[in-house]
Amino acid sequence: MPTMEFKGKQIEVDDDGYIINLDDWEKDMADHLAGMDGITLTPAHWEVIDFLRNYYKQYQIAPMIKILVKEIGKVMGPEKGNTKYLYELYPGGPAKQACKYAGLPKPTGCV
Amino acid sequence: MATKLPKPDELAKIDFTPPETGWMDTPVEIKPGMFCWGAKAKNLRAVEFPNARDWSPAEEDWKLPGEWEGTVLEAMADRLSKYRSFKLFMDICVRCGACADKCHFFIGSGDPKNMPVLRAELMRSVYRKYFTTPGKVLGKLAGARELTYDVLKEWWYYFYQCTECRRCSVFCPYGIDTAEITMMGREFTNLLGLNTDWIAGPVANCYMKGNHLGLEPHTIKSSIEFFLDDIETVTGIKIEPTFNRKGAEILFVTPSGDLFADPGTYTAMGYLMLFHELGLDYTWSTYASEGGNFGYFTSNEMAKRLNSKIYAEAKRLGVKWIIGGECGHMWRVLNQYMDTWNGPADFLEVPKSPITGTVFENAKSTKMVHITEFTADLIKNGKLKLDPSRNDHLKVTYHDSCNTARGMGLLEEPRYVIKSVCNNFYEMPENTIREQTFCCGSGTGLNASENMDLRMKGGFPRANAVKYVRDKHGVNMLANICAIDRATLKASMEYWVPDVTVCGTHELVANALVMKGEKERTQDLRLETLPGKEGN
Repeated sequence: MPTMEFKGKQIEVDDDGYIINLDDWEKDMADHLAGMDGITLTPAHWEVIDFLRNYYKQYQIAPMIKILVKEIGKVMGPEKGNTKYLYELYPGGPAKQACKYAGLPKPTGCV
Repeated sequence: MATKLPKPDELAKIDFTPPETGWMDTPVEIKPGMFCWGAKAKNLRAVEFPNARDWSPAEEDWKLPGEWEGTVLEAMADRLSKYRSFKLFMDICVRCGACADKCHFFIGSGDPKNMPVLRAELMRSVYRKYFTTPGKVLGKLAGARELTYDVLKEWWYYFYQCTECRRCSVFCPYGIDTAEITMMGREFTNLLGLNTDWIAGPVANCYMKGNHLGLEPHTIKSSIEFFLDDIETVTGIKIEPTFNRKGAEILFVTPSGDLFADPGTYTAMGYLMLFHELGLDYTWSTYASEGGNFGYFTSNEMAKRLNSKIYAEAKRLGVKWIIGGECGHMWRVLNQYMDTWNGPADFLEVPKSPITGTVFENAKSTKMVHITEFTADLIKNGKLKLDPSRNDHLKVTYHDSCNTARGMGLLEEPRYVIKSVCNNFYEMPENTIREQTFCCGSGTGLNASENMDLRMKGGFPRANAVKYVRDKHGVNMLANICAIDRATLKASMEYWVPDVTVCGTHELVANALVMKGEKERTQDLRLETLPGKEGN
């Protein structure tokens, strides 16, 4: 099982670097994971992460992108409720990259 | 981590030079980008699969159980006695080579072990060694070899580079079904815990929660409610479907991908709009919430277990018959196995359309009708008001999914439906459609993200045919009737033919469907403005 070092501890991650035990997550870890990709998290990034975590708590799965888009549009204003804006925040993909920082499992899409 | 996918022009340089050494003397090389991650222990444990442990195909040690050779050979003896087809397919190949260049993975990779004849030979050689006299006595001279660790790795690598699409079988003069050989290969490796997580995860989810994605009942409901909001935006019509409703006439079952991944979600909106317009007495189920069956990619027994909930739910709800959504392997399972695995479903009636009175004699045994059969019958009987001009901005071609085309002969109905709702329809070249259709390149649970090299290589022949009609006719939409296709062709088009979009057939139907009391349509189901309606 691959691991990631964080605050002197070894955290279990999967083959793609997503943490295994969702309880291992803490806010600093999101900054740490983003830092590894050269991204500094801003309040706009956190809007997405917070929404993902709340959605996951309620539904035990990461939301579809279009649900995320609609929600961000509601909170941040219609000019930001689009996929382009989310990709600017998360160039690696709002689903895959933001879920990773949010400590959620890797989204699977259609199986 | 997955390796970086080469650019299309690099991947399109395919080397067909075989290795200098003979195939038995060419050891398998497990290449990154060509395989899926190993199954996690927790997912194998959830369904009591053997040898549950975390493992990685990239590592030398696959953590096999002791006596693994005996386990495989015993299972092989058992299946040879149980399945006459398997025994026959081990014995009768004359290596004529008719199948050799018919496989999308061979065409896209140039690897000779992806020739269906050689892929099957990987197993036949072992069969000869342990189950035939010439093989036992003469060994390699008779094309026989021992089952070693390296042979097992080779099996695993190549049986997960076959999508069981059965295109090769169409060309085999003996009718050998190579998919059945791959299925056996996967069944044997499954006994050693050599599953991939992309398959084992959905299997565990489906077993515990009813569907591959692990959607809980309230998640399914909330997802459909999201679609209903969008439908109301587009049509002004408020739809109120029911869930788990006892006494409904029809149970509707579709792949869970339709509920949670674009562009399948637009197909799901299409089902909702069609059924509403008909006033159909039907219900969704949050228990039988998966039409697909990833168990089918592990073992016969697992596929049967996962399939059982469809009839169980039909019985519990007291419906008369079942409609199934747009999916590929789902229909191979339903059409060819379900009634003997988990039937007879004699508590159901022979499906009869309440709208047209048509009796679906072809579904007499399974009691389950494919939605394009149902819709084609509606159109044929003039029961739908359609305005195909709403799809005039689209130039559409149709991808036959392997399982509906070769597994159930569903060739005309989808085309009839598409041509009724679209004015611009163009076929791809005839040796790439219907019975000869090319696989999307990622079926049988190979649609992960860590094996993109394999997927794009396997997707190349199909994409090439799409490119041909795009260049010749300006095709910009690739329609299909399969949830895996909707997910995988999207990736394959973005890679090989970026200006072609992918959609399900009922998305096209619903866009053309003139509904009672609807407002003037200015947007399609994707909430994109229809050409000519920009000012509205």
